[in-house]
Amino acid sequence: MNMHARPADPKKLIKGATGDWEVVIGMEIHAQVTSNAKLFSGASTAFGGEPNSHVSLVDAAMPGMLPVINEECVKQAVRTGLGLKAEIHLRSVFDRKNYFYPDLPQGYQISQYKSPIVGEGVVLVDTADGTIEVGIERLHLEQDAGKSIHDQNPTMSLVDLNRSGVALMEIVSKPDLRSSEEAKAYVTKLRTILRYLGTCDGDMEKGNLRADVNVSVRKPGDDFGTRCEIKNVNSIRFIGQAIEIEARRQIGIIEDGGVIEQETRLFDPGRGETRSMRSKEEAHDYRYFPDPDLLPLEFDQAFVDALAAHLPELPDEKKARFVKVYGLSAYDADVLVAEKETAAYYEEVAAGRDAKAAANFVINELFGRLNKEGKDIASSPVSAAQIGAIVDLIADGTISGKIAKDLFEIVFTEGGDPRQIVEARGMKQVTDTGAIEAAVDAIIAANPDKVEQVKAKPTMLGWFVGQVMKQTGGKANPQAVNDLLKGKLGI
Amino acid sequence: MSNELTRLTLTAAREGLAQGRFSAVELTEAYLGAIDSSAALNAYVLATHDKARAMAQTSDERRAQGDVGPLEGIPLGVKDNYATDTVRTTAGSKILGNFVPPYESTVTGKLWADGAVLLGKLNQDEFAMGSSTESSAFGPTVNPWRKTGSTTKLVPGGSSGGSAAAVAAQLCAGAAGTDTGGSIRQPAAFTGTVGIKPTYGRCSRWGIIAYASSLDQAGPLARSVNDAAILLRSMAGHDPKDSTSAPIAVPDYEAAVGASVRGKRIGIPVEYRVDGMSSEIAMLWDRGAQMLRDAGAEVVEISLPHTKYALPAYYIVALAEASSNLARYDGVRYGERVAGRDIVEMYEKTRAAGFGPEVRRRIMIGTYVLSAGYYDAYYVRAQKVRTLIKRDFENAFAEGIDAVLAPATPSPAFGIGEKSGADPVEMYLQDVFTVTLNMAGLPGISVPAGLSSEGLPLGLQLIGRPFGEEGLFSLAQVIEEAAGRFPVPEAWWA
Amino acid sequence: MSVDQATVRRVAHLARIAVTDDEVAHLQGELNAILAFVDELAQVNVDGVEPMTSVTPMQLPLRADVVNDGDCAAKVLANAPLAEDGFYAVPKVVE
Repeated sequence: MNMHARPADPKKLIKGATGDWEVVIGMEIHAQVTSNAKLFSGASTAFGGEPNSHVSLVDAAMPGMLPVINEECVKQAVRTGLGLKAEIHLRSVFDRKNYFYPDLPQGYQISQYKSPIVGEGVVLVDTADGTIEVGIERLHLEQDAGKSIHDQNPTMSLVDLNRSGVALMEIVSKPDLRSSEEAKAYVTKLRTILRYLGTCDGDMEKGNLRADVNVSVRKPGDDFGTRCEIKNVNSIRFIGQAIEIEARRQIGIIEDGGVIEQETRLFDPGRGETRSMRSKEEAHDYRYFPDPDLLPLEFDQAFVDALAAHLPELPDEKKARFVKVYGLSAYDADVLVAEKETAAYYEEVAAGRDAKAAANFVINELFGRLNKEGKDIASSPVSAAQIGAIVDLIADGTISGKIAKDLFEIVFTEGGDPRQIVEARGMKQVTDTGAIEAAVDAIIAANPDKVEQVKAKPTMLGWFVGQVMKQTGGKANPQAVNDLLKGKLGI
Repeated sequence: MSNELTRLTLTAAREGLAQGRFSAVELTEAYLGAIDSSAALNAYVLATHDKARAMAQTSDERRAQGDVGPLEGIPLGVKDNYATDTVRTTAGSKILGNFVPPYESTVTGKLWADGAVLLGKLNQDEFAMGSSTESSAFGPTVNPWRKTGSTTKLVPGGSSGGSAAAVAAQLCAGAAGTDTGGSIRQPAAFTGTVGIKPTYGRCSRWGIIAYASSLDQAGPLARSVNDAAILLRSMAGHDPKDSTSAPIAVPDYEAAVGASVRGKRIGIPVEYRVDGMSSEIAMLWDRGAQMLRDAGAEVVEISLPHTKYALPAYYIVALAEASSNLARYDGVRYGERVAGRDIVEMYEKTRAAGFGPEVRRRIMIGTYVLSAGYYDAYYVRAQKVRTLIKRDFENAFAEGIDAVLAPATPSPAFGIGEKSGADPVEMYLQDVFTVTLNMAGLPGISVPAGLSSEGLPLGLQLIGRPFGEEGLFSLAQVIEEAAGRFPVPEAWWA
Repeated sequence: MSVDQATVRRVAHLARIAVTDDEVAHLQGELNAILAFVDELAQVNVDGVEPMTSVTPMQLPLRADVVNDGDCAAKVLANAPLAEDGFYAVPKVVE
């Protein structure tokens, strides 16, 4: 579907004094490339460290230092391009973007301006109202800047170059997003794809993924309005808030008869506002030109094909497979593929088992419990093999679903082999009809009034089942209890 | 004794050291003595006596152990835009202050690895921007040559003027220079020395303070063709730290010196006969052609139609790159800082005070030609013209031309202050014969071929195919043998 | 093309070089002399000519993704005009 022609969705419009407004959003995501060394030097990309410790003489732009490109960063950009179903450019050019700033040691950033390594692509984004296609305009490689610290000294700014020269991918979307929800879903999806590919860890807290958000508003059907760029938004929640706030600001200005000035703005989550960064705006003229210290980056199709051949299964394909092969609902499949690690965990549990039962247990029991503890799958105290064993115990009738929950809790908190726990703690389900029958008879005998009632109102059967289960310590096979009760009560 | 030693060519000094006639320490002391009495020339911005003595001592010890490098014990001077570990490096600029690099440039590292001894750092035009060494923050270098019967101080050319003067005045056995538009070849011609700018990519640029990255190349200045061949062999070679360094093996250039040039086709580009060329230069050029013919080469006229555009295109490309390369001198991480109320004022004051007028001018032109609205008209157009200039040479080589013969400079050395008037372009015209090959990435050697009527040396230039330095050494040797060498007649400064 | 004094000031600011009022007039003359000189290029027919991006016909070399540099803060900071606690220190930047 041509996104520019996508008709305005009434549910997504913002009400203004003069009618409904549509917000139009495009994003520039800066994603830190996962690599050991920096884009053009052999210094480490590790987060943190003493100030200026992950810095080579190249990163500090000492006189006479020269850049040499890191092969892995090139590969990561190509992998990402492939994951975005994008055109890979076999020839791209590194340019210098010239400006002065204390955390930019060279006085220019090496970036790709006219000839990026990756061209147009597409990302499928699931929203509450269905799947939308978000166009990718381009992806290019560039150097990160260092960090200036302004609040540590009353008169000085302090500069740490540890991040200076770390490889970034700038991923530019088309203005295809129409609400803050869509924007958040897009970033979430992009992040998932990057994490699947292993090309960016997507850690927004560390600044390894940050967004510049272009926002404009228009009356449905009108041409694009003037956009403002909100710089460096560093969480998905803030992206949503910044868009809402900025859209309302723009609507307010236009409805008051004003015009939107194209400018760069900063989102202040504390104050819940965006504000102009005019100081950074003044007379920007980046004087891009090809970096004469580097040659054009060229590789052949075989280089791309080799990377494509080793690309992991991506979330869209994995989801489709989970639906098709495991018979899962789209919703369950979505939940499971959101992280590569959870999908892998699930597949380990599902192997050779009832896939739906496995999905239910993983999603409802495990994810619920992990969420409660604030843990992720990597730090789960319960292994896929342990979950598998519990699912097996349910399947072969050894334990009931209810006991399974207790068993899971024991395994979660204490660990251990589920089968041994069941044996040792006598948690086995009672399938011996003799034992169950005795309990049934006792309950019937002790409650003649209830027996009368149940004959008139068969839903009362649940009460009897509950009593029998209580008496058997929850270990009776519920089906056997049901069958016996029905027979004896004649219902 | 000291004169005897410093008078030796590098080739002869190597032989004397090998025969044990003198030690590296003795040779080094002789040079240090000569340097100490050469203040009038201002060739060195820093003499490294202690380091030189220590390196010479170590060299003698190595030799005693039988460990003899190709430049074992040879005392050299190094242009001040090569980073030298723990030795102040300024590129002739105030903005670098007392910058002491904690690293060694690849090229000088190779010289020391081959046994050479560092005598000190040589004067140059600030950031290699100039053709007279007058723009140095350390003041101008004086040419050891004077007109017959005159005491007028002349420039040694530039930007490697300190290197050329030191080689000519026997203040080092050879020197490392750099050439962006003629900065080795023009000073070599002005001082009666031999200078070669190798093919772009032949020598590593790592650790050399950049002027214009796509044009800068390191190369030697020496007192003979053979000396230059020895030095280039040590300086050249692939460096994985420089993305533009060619992964091509280095031949034995010395073996090419003296090789026959019979049957070589030498092109004489008609476009180099520029208006107003002095008859002296024109005659020198003709004599050079005859020397090559006499040695069996075939001399033919060729056309390099875009020659006249090389100089304007060069100034756009070089200054654009320079404006960006020099952005790092901002007073934050090294060099002189001038305080300001805020960061912008600090930058502006630091750079206004740290850069000299020629560098400021060039940065501003470079900034202008890259700025919005002018980029295509200037920079892109200049790079297209560059493609055409390179194509001119490719066409000539495709037609069987082995090398091109041209004058090195439009005139002999001029007086200090003579060309630093209101019009900066007058100085730029010094590079008219030399910039074309920087634009095309080709190697060129300047070799002295005669004296002007006023007794000043004049040089001829040979331009070769990419990585055709061996052929240039063979041809240059023919001229050296026919024209003789041109030592400075009198050490008037000492 | 030629530059006026406002352009000289704008370019000087882009290049972060302070210029005094006296210098502006002077610089204007010098810059215009250089620009007049390079304007000669406008005569060249460059239709269909590719701008040069590298003078040597070679591939961009790629380095292996190995950490083999850095951990040299002392060297990095050795020439700093002003450093504090391992950081470079500059006049306060107001964002």
